[in-house]
Amino acid sequence: MIGLEDLYREIILDHYRTPRNRGELETPPAQRVEGFNPLCGDEIIVYLQVDDSGVIDDVAIGGQGCSISQSSASMMSVAIKGRTIEDARKLIVAFKGLMSIHETEIGGDGSEAALGIELEGAAEDMKLGDLEALRGVVKFPIRIKCATLSWNTLAQALDEAAAA
Amino acid sequence: MTLPAAIKSDFPLLDQQFHGHQLVYLDSANTSQKPQVVIDAMADYYEHTNANVHRGSYELAVRATAALEGARAKVASFINANSDSEVVFTKNATESMNLLARSWAETNLSAGDAVVISEMEHHANIVPWHMLRAQKGIELRWIPVDQSGHLDLSDLDRLLDGAKLLSVTAMSNVLGTLNPIAQLSERAHAAGALMAVDASQYVPHVPTDVQALGADFLVFTGHKMLAPMGIGVLWAKAELLDAMPPFLGGGEMILNVTKDGFTTNEIPWKFEAGTPMVAEAVGLGRAVDYLSELGMDNVRQHEVELTAYALRTLTERHGDKITIHGPTEPAERGGVMSFIYGDVHPHDVAQVLDQSGIAVRAGHHCAKPLMDVLGANATSRASLYVYNDKSDLDKLADALSAVDDIFSF
Repeated sequence: MIGLEDLYREIILDHYRTPRNRGELETPPAQRVEGFNPLCGDEIIVYLQVDDSGVIDDVAIGGQGCSISQSSASMMSVAIKGRTIEDARKLIVAFKGLMSIHETEIGGDGSEAALGIELEGAAEDMKLGDLEALRGVVKFPIRIKCATLSWNTLAQALDEAAAA
Repeated sequence: MTLPAAIKSDFPLLDQQFHGHQLVYLDSANTSQKPQVVIDAMADYYEHTNANVHRGSYELAVRATAALEGARAKVASFINANSDSEVVFTKNATESMNLLARSWAETNLSAGDAVVISEMEHHANIVPWHMLRAQKGIELRWIPVDQSGHLDLSDLDRLLDGAKLLSVTAMSNVLGTLNPIAQLSERAHAAGALMAVDASQYVPHVPTDVQALGADFLVFTGHKMLAPMGIGVLWAKAELLDAMPPFLGGGEMILNVTKDGFTTNEIPWKFEAGTPMVAEAVGLGRAVDYLSELGMDNVRQHEVELTAYALRTLTERHGDKITIHGPTEPAERGGVMSFIYGDVHPHDVAQVLDQSGIAVRAGHHCAKPLMDVLGANATSRASLYVYNDKSDLDKLADALSAVDDIFSF
């Protein structure tokens, strides 16, 4: 039988109680992107500051929501801080893989599909660390959207940072 | 004991376990479970009566038509309509409200005309008016909700000044508040406006008399009153329906069609384009019979007693942690209890309760403007119906303690 201990791991509750990188960053230079889960009203705000060499030198998380969405956002902020945009993208793919979500984006010329496959391969080497604790969410399918809300918001913030 | 003690056994779905616990279903404001007699009536229709209605000349088709129209008559009687022709079958209450907005309101309202609703409306009684505002430039005005969960009517005269329609829920799906519909109808009419009522949470739980409510339009849905999903009702005064243009065009809603145009059928069929949901109507008719056999006064009394027990038990057991929204007096409310437990997010509360086999809803309950008033992004909601009893509420109170075990910090 699936138990709540599979979902509410101690490290998840720790990030929920004591969220890391909580707050705001000045925009600009930071990017600010909001993400909503219309089903439950959960809301995540990702502030992302990327330096000239494409490294995420600061990140902050705002918004409110359940233990899963908030702890996932907190762990994500720790995992991406100091990484390059490219590595953050690989992390997104790796994390979604952990959530049993395998996406292949197909662009008009097919180039995006190639990138998707490439990312999926590269993502296999990514260490998810504490994020592994969210693995149990897959057993509670309704909560997968809670866990991925911050990551989808991050993906949008990375696109905006890369375009800036 | 106002309802039969063994009533749970009428509902086969309730007799199953989740996560090793007997199901405790506390989400009837979302959708109700179905008694065996309703399930049987629908199966029997398909086994013995199914044919398309209002078309065939053979005996089977005559019986199918009689089944549909018989269900309409039961519904009309259940809400004390003047005539069966005032009962229009739709897909659900949302479609009924859209029919009202797209047919009556679109025809009768012009730019600058006001529709008055309240802050405790379901999105079904908000979004159609937003759409009409975008389309025609109508004005949308809001009756505020006070801290006790009641409508604040202190400014109603000003809100109704020049308004064409007042459209308000009879019972809040979040707070459980019963609104003074008869009084609101009187005030609306005095101001020259018509009165529409969202009775989705009311008709299933409270004896309903559209004459006594003084309404012009009233919408509700079958699936919240022991009937299947896929059938709803728009009730309106015959003279209003007569003057309204059709909503959907096609078969059934016409008297004649030529290459130049069409003439519409009589009410209510004018609003029922295409093959209708006959089995669902039969199910609704049987649900109405079932509720009538229980007696709607008994249903209401059962829920008042159970709501009083719930408010008392939850407050006694978890008083320092739990905040229950809405009126504190059971006679002023229905059995819908939205609550916040400590600082634990409602989704986490619902998840922990599910592990004990308890089904409650968590979220914004399709009432986001009200959530803003409450200062919450979401609540947990336990809602009652005929098959619930005190033991269900004891189990809810027990299981809430498990929320503490995981999230106390």
